[in-house]
Amino acid sequence: MALSITNINKSFEGLQALSDITFSVREGELFGLIGPDGSGKTTLFRIITTLLLPDRGEVDLFGLDVLKNYKKIRQLIGYMAGRFSLYHDLTVEENLKFYATVFGTTIEKNYDLIKDVYCQIEPFKTRRAGKLSGGMKQKLALSCALIHKPGLLVLDEPTTGVDAVSRMEFWDMLKRLQKRGITILVSTPYMDEASLCDRVGLIQKGNLLSVNKPENIIAGYQRELLSVSSDNLYKLVNDLRNEKNTHSAFLFGQSVHLTRKEGKASAKQVIKYLQDKGHESIHINVIKPGIEDCFMDLMNEEDEMALSG
Amino acid sequence: MSEQKETIITVKNLVKKFGNFKANDNLSFEVFKGEIFGFLGANGAGKTTAIKILCGLWAPTSGEINVAGFDIYNQTEQIKKNIGYMSQKFSLYEDITVFENIRLFGGIYGLSRREIAQRATDLMQRLDLEHSRDKLISSLPLGWRQKLAFSVAILHNPKLVFLDEPTGGVDPVTRRKFWDQIYEAADRGITVFVTTHYMDEAEYCDRVSIMVDGRIADLDTPSALKGKYRVKNMNEVFLKIARIKPDENN
Amino acid sequence: MKRFWGFILKEFLHIFRDPRTMLILFGMPIVQILLFGYVITNELKDIKIAILDQSKDPVTIELTNKIISSGFFILDRNIKNMNEVEDIFKEGNVRQVIVFESGFGRKLKREGTASIQLIADASDANTANLVVHYTMAIIGDFVREQNKLTGTPIQFIPEVRMLYNNELKGVYMFIPGIMAMILILVSAMMTSISIVREKELGTMETLLVSPLRPAQIILGKVTPYVVLSFINAVTIIAMGSLVFGMPVQGSMILLLAESILYILLGLSLGILISTITRTQQNAMFISLFALMLPTILLSGFIFPVENMPKILQWLSLLMPPRWFITIIKNIMLKGTGLMYVWKETLILIVMTTLFLGLSIRKFKIRLE
Repeated sequence: MALSITNINKSFEGLQALSDITFSVREGELFGLIGPDGSGKTTLFRIITTLLLPDRGEVDLFGLDVLKNYKKIRQLIGYMAGRFSLYHDLTVEENLKFYATVFGTTIEKNYDLIKDVYCQIEPFKTRRAGKLSGGMKQKLALSCALIHKPGLLVLDEPTTGVDAVSRMEFWDMLKRLQKRGITILVSTPYMDEASLCDRVGLIQKGNLLSVNKPENIIAGYQRELLSVSSDNLYKLVNDLRNEKNTHSAFLFGQSVHLTRKEGKASAKQVIKYLQDKGHESIHINVIKPGIEDCFMDLMNEEDEMALSG
Repeated sequence: MSEQKETIITVKNLVKKFGNFKANDNLSFEVFKGEIFGFLGANGAGKTTAIKILCGLWAPTSGEINVAGFDIYNQTEQIKKNIGYMSQKFSLYEDITVFENIRLFGGIYGLSRREIAQRATDLMQRLDLEHSRDKLISSLPLGWRQKLAFSVAILHNPKLVFLDEPTGGVDPVTRRKFWDQIYEAADRGITVFVTTHYMDEAEYCDRVSIMVDGRIADLDTPSALKGKYRVKNMNEVFLKIARIKPDENN
Repeated sequence: MKRFWGFILKEFLHIFRDPRTMLILFGMPIVQILLFGYVITNELKDIKIAILDQSKDPVTIELTNKIISSGFFILDRNIKNMNEVEDIFKEGNVRQVIVFESGFGRKLKREGTASIQLIADASDANTANLVVHYTMAIIGDFVREQNKLTGTPIQFIPEVRMLYNNELKGVYMFIPGIMAMILILVSAMMTSISIVREKELGTMETLLVSPLRPAQIILGKVTPYVVLSFINAVTIIAMGSLVFGMPVQGSMILLLAESILYILLGLSLGILISTITRTQQNAMFISLFALMLPTILLSGFIFPVENMPKILQWLSLLMPPRWFITIIKNIMLKGTGLMYVWKETLILIVMTTLFLGLSIRKFKIRLE
């Protein structure tokens, strides 16, 4: 195990930020922590990278206790805390040199590791970091996090607020880095990026809802998922929500993902109901759930449990 | 179904230059009344510039622009009375309460005291915020703030509302609840002009335009675009279109 | 060790690339040394005086010449009678009037002494003190010279009158200065910070897209500060009067009106600052260093302007506080009406209009 986290708890001024977080990351794995704003991702990362102390629990990194060996740990981890951990008034090259020097190495020593990423911004190496576009800042920040050849790369929401093309390119780079044996822990609010990871942890309001391979999470989805479309999407989602046997009805692109209460099957019933409501061009399929469906299902369960518990 | 629709925004040959740099290069498009129009594009493609021009914040270098029936050059004041705006950075003041924010913006939009009181009650009921009436905005969670900001942006029932990346970072359930609000507004006849990075949200729009390098690379309904590029979803449409150019030269 | 140096190098780079820091590190010491070197001086130079010579005989003429050629004083004019004294002080250029009684020379020969009156404008107590002492030193010198020459001992005991502030209370100088400084600081700095904060938060955009006109937004931001600054002004005047006994000889209404004008000037300056800065930090920085320091040094608040090198004197002309202090002193201590301060008032009005005009233009352009 590269990283092992056991029963981490952390609260701030009465607010429970993390509750009993337990999971582990294998060496060479690309692990994704998926969850919305305020779910606790950043807090957890700060604990792992020794910036924060947990209230309770243990973190082990490459066999070392993180809480006791923070000096050694900081050498082993490459941390990218959001896109703006760069110095805006220093150039690309100066930023990189600085991080290299601080970690006791040089750009040349580990150049082949960052080459893949850095070569895309190298033509701009005398430009001030503040004047780079979002995508280029990402690449620079990644290079700076890698320059000292860390064993574990911890990336906190590196793709937030960046357009889809740059996001794709970034994940391509991560995959290539993984092939070189670096263990990578990434957090993101984008559910579609989950399928790009080896394993994912779904986190919501400080609770880990599930930890597994993406395909297993999907396989673990217990309900029958129907995709419904008609000629009027807005009316459709409202009518389905008001139908008494509906468990959940959510907009997904041009259709509605519908789950029904236990034992109430039959797409035919739904079709009839919608016809009665005046819908036309009704299509219903049973579909395989995506990560987002699973996430929302788990979130709903958490809420229901919280309400009844 | 849809006959000849009334247009609410007409843009002809919009050009915006900053020095020698053309942020918007000859844009021409229309937005129809009551539709949900998605305005997509990579960072730096010129989306934000175009929106600011349509809102009357910035003046174009050249081009004909008509918003809500008014000319952008001479009738900016009337335009502002007929539109709503929700920026990325949040439009609400964090150090005053929910109700005080509603009252403030109601006043700015020229609503009478009675109208404000009534719409405030309606709004808070619909959003389930009655118990938070006197709470400071800063104490509300992110998702609530966004929903409230949207409601406040359309408090005066404008013809058209501009939303600049309104759903950044929230969980998928809250995002959908937000789009419920958008749908409701569109149902009421309010045209919604929205930009977003979430490609699945692009699917909820009636029509979508994709900007690349200051121009509109393509504009059509999501299904037509998916058919044209032979892909399954809007994400792939975007990747196909926006990947034409190599890495950026700021 | 290498890491440490790497870190230090980065810090140096930050410093050299931040214009603000460079200004503080290098610009300020130089400016300050120059300013303080030239401005703080206990020496007198070019002080304007007037002479009322009721005698005009060889002795008075010789003494007058000696005083004028000392290099400390400049003869502004000769006045003809005591009635003109009040007026000339109200005009504000002359710091001292020397009065020789009629029949000066004869009386001196007969009695060995004659009457000299030194009437000083003590609305600036420090300078008045200095002026009187210098004059008396010159007179003392004259006496010694004469005694050596003639052998008939003479002596003068000049009668000193400190006008407007006969106890030479320092507070009479400070209250106007403090008022000028606080009002402009509060109006300019607070206004600019308030506007810039809205920009920083991002809510300014939303306001601009609303039906509110830019002018309304600015006025709305500025109005609370007008009210508060006015309350400040009244408080300072009241405290000066009740606690320190500073009089308001002239019209209170005129005083308050001028204060309001000055506050408006500060506000328009604040608006102008807000159009050229993007962060609250910068706004505060500019307000403090571009306003407070020059106010203290160059407005004549503490150090008389006449003593400064020509360049600084001209610079002082650009300082609104300088004009305002003159106005307040005139009204409070000398009891003058608008007639005597119309020039300064006009200057303030012109400045306010200029700042407002510039701000409006810049604000419109900024929307681009």
